[in-house]
Amino acid sequence: MSAPSTDRATPTAGPTRPRLGAHTPGPLGGALRGARKVAEALATPLVPADYLDLFDPMRAGADLRGRIVEVRPETADAATVVIRPGRGWLGHVPGQYIRIGIDIDGVRHWRAYSLTHRADGSAAAGIPAGCIAITTKAIPEGKVSRHLVRHAAPGTLVMLDQATGDFTLPAPAPAKVLFLTAGSGITPVMGMLRNHLPELADVAHVHCAPTQQDVIFHRELAGHHEAGRLALSLNLDDVHGVLRLDRLDTLVPDWRERETWLCGPTALLDAAEKHWADAGVPDRLHIERFRPSVVEPGEGGTVTFGGSAVTVDADGSTPILDAGEEAGVIMPSGCRMGICFGCVLPMRSGAVRDLRTGEVTVHESDEPLPIQTCVNAVAGACEIDH
Amino acid sequence: MTLAPQRPAHGSTKPQGINPRLRVASDEPRPERPALKRSGKPNPAAHLTQQDIEGIGHELDALRQEVMDSRGERDAAYIRKVIKTQRYLEMGSRALLLFSGVKVKGFRPAWWLGTAGLSVAKILENMEIGHNVMHGQWDWMRDPKIHSTAWEWDNASPASQWKHSHNEIHHTFTNVLGRDNDLGYGILRVDEDQKWSLFYLFQPIWHVGNALLFEYSIAAYDLELGKYMATKHRMSDEQKAEFRKNADEVVTKIKRQATKDYLVHPALSAVTGSARTTLTANVVANLVRNLWTNTVIICGHFPPDISTFEKTSIDGETRGEWYLRQMLGSGNISGTKAMHVMTGNLSHQIEHHLFPDMPSNRYAEIAPRIRDLMQRHDLPYVTGSLWKQAGSVYVKVVQLSLPNKVEGRRRRDIVKLEMTKAWRKKKRKLGL
Repeated sequence: MSAPSTDRATPTAGPTRPRLGAHTPGPLGGALRGARKVAEALATPLVPADYLDLFDPMRAGADLRGRIVEVRPETADAATVVIRPGRGWLGHVPGQYIRIGIDIDGVRHWRAYSLTHRADGSAAAGIPAGCIAITTKAIPEGKVSRHLVRHAAPGTLVMLDQATGDFTLPAPAPAKVLFLTAGSGITPVMGMLRNHLPELADVAHVHCAPTQQDVIFHRELAGHHEAGRLALSLNLDDVHGVLRLDRLDTLVPDWRERETWLCGPTALLDAAEKHWADAGVPDRLHIERFRPSVVEPGEGGTVTFGGSAVTVDADGSTPILDAGEEAGVIMPSGCRMGICFGCVLPMRSGAVRDLRTGEVTVHESDEPLPIQTCVNAVAGACEIDH
Repeated sequence: MTLAPQRPAHGSTKPQGINPRLRVASDEPRPERPALKRSGKPNPAAHLTQQDIEGIGHELDALRQEVMDSRGERDAAYIRKVIKTQRYLEMGSRALLLFSGVKVKGFRPAWWLGTAGLSVAKILENMEIGHNVMHGQWDWMRDPKIHSTAWEWDNASPASQWKHSHNEIHHTFTNVLGRDNDLGYGILRVDEDQKWSLFYLFQPIWHVGNALLFEYSIAAYDLELGKYMATKHRMSDEQKAEFRKNADEVVTKIKRQATKDYLVHPALSAVTGSARTTLTANVVANLVRNLWTNTVIICGHFPPDISTFEKTSIDGETRGEWYLRQMLGSGNISGTKAMHVMTGNLSHQIEHHLFPDMPSNRYAEIAPRIRDLMQRHDLPYVTGSLWKQAGSVYVKVVQLSLPNKVEGRRRRDIVKLEMTKAWRKKKRKLGL
């Protein structure tokens, strides 16, 4: 569940795939380019990929997809999802995350999750060779995490993005390391441990969880601890109370000298940033931020039209289309009553309310969400791509 | 699926005020509905009060909400299954047609099977898939491949232009005389309340020609070619430039479509000596598709007992009144499940016009409730078999090619008078 911070650039699509014959020199290249043209002419108004996807949705060159191989429970409400990626998978650096698009009740939802498998593709921790793995904790209001933990079935096809993120270890690895994790914030760190633990000479790991039963990967971590590969300290809320950072002086007295990787809830990250700054070592702290909470829907708010760089205040009863037009933005429009879909624009962030039904739509992933501007009013600061 | 280009020229910076159709009721009293129309036909909604119409509006809003809230996995599975079936059917038929010239006992089995399969595939693609996806019926799935903004269909008219003339103009102004050009496509007189002119005298011919060339006439119609020809001289440079841009789009689309059907597929079949037969197969499949879609579509708004509306009657129209107009301005086709799929569920035209963005597989489910609502309010729910409905339109096209009957005048005389007038005008123009 460790999700990317919003300030980090997230890829909207994988690297552009090479087109057939585009880089092949000589007569072979010419023949390939000719074949591609014929295939495109045959497929129009679709593209050849639409037909190829019927036979092999995981082929190289297709939009990146994966098939769920197994959903393995880790704790009562966390599970590891093992996925066999399509042949276009480019691999990852331990600590990075991917975005997964999964259909729930017929609707596609995108979320980001840290990867926990071995980057060299070998089998480890029960994850078969060639598969990728994410671990997620079902949170009560988390539609996707609940679905993945409770309902996702092996065989399901999911959409994937290539791995991204800079919450990774440098090479060579620093001599002394502290991992500070809370809840499912353990996942990117587990990705690092499974790949880099032998290269790390001195590892301290402080992990926070509500109770001992909630500790994800407990057995694996305890095993490393017993074998002396890392020094694990658990901070359990029911025993120790929520972690106070001054407790670090006791748990890891030399924490100031350690390069620290931290992943957990926002409150912990904010407190730690201050703590490390106060200690004069802010550069030693590397953070993976949970996504700031999504917009809490309200009445009205600002709406920003990205392309035109126009921001306007709109009340909760004015369609975004009208608000844009009043501000002089040239808006696409049509029936102005919600039936023709001629006004649909992608929403980058925010929340809107359908004026016909009162239904609120909240933008909750990184994927732009197309909305009908003629029947939706602002319900919390919106950013519209236009 | 290529991304359909936007048509920014349709946008405007002029604030227009919030559309009254967003609300079921109106704060101001609404005008009375006259008992008789201009042509003397009775108005089927004359007996409804403003409260009745508000009630209908609230009931339909609630029904819409109920269905939209229950959209889910089975609906998504439905459209994906239809798309998959259509693509396999098209590929299979095209593969058969590679051998379309091969004769077995003096007859070409691959031609017959392949042509039939390709016709069905094209019909499915245009009707149950293309039309409905472009209506935004499946946008809720958030699948960028099955989305109204991205879909392009196997038809001469580019998606962007079709969406404008169909989704926006036709669905908003359904059956409003002078606003909804779908009412006869500007070449047919399909309602007594449409003014007769000499042009309509030959409309049985226009009608058959239109049906056979339907995809091209839709393209010309979406392009507003007729309007351009008639008003070119008073158009601004900007309007002309927009027309030319749209015309280029249409030409590009038609070229691509024709290259596929009439060049590349026949060329591939040349290996088995089947180039000519594959060409005829594609021509026939496109003709079948044209005839079928036209036959289905004329049943939607042209049969007798379906109402048309005066231009002024929709000033300040509320959502309740809009619903009422959609119900009275549309007609259904009865038939089997397969039949409904082959019409793209436009056999549930009434339900479709009430809720154009509702997934098409749901129309059959709500049809009994719509019928019940209309019967409770003593409104005609127009429906009948395809042959009955289409037949009635053909009869109407012939009948309405002549002017309406007027007390004390023979229709023959009206036609003669018009012809004389037209002749004189022509003579004056030629300076004779």
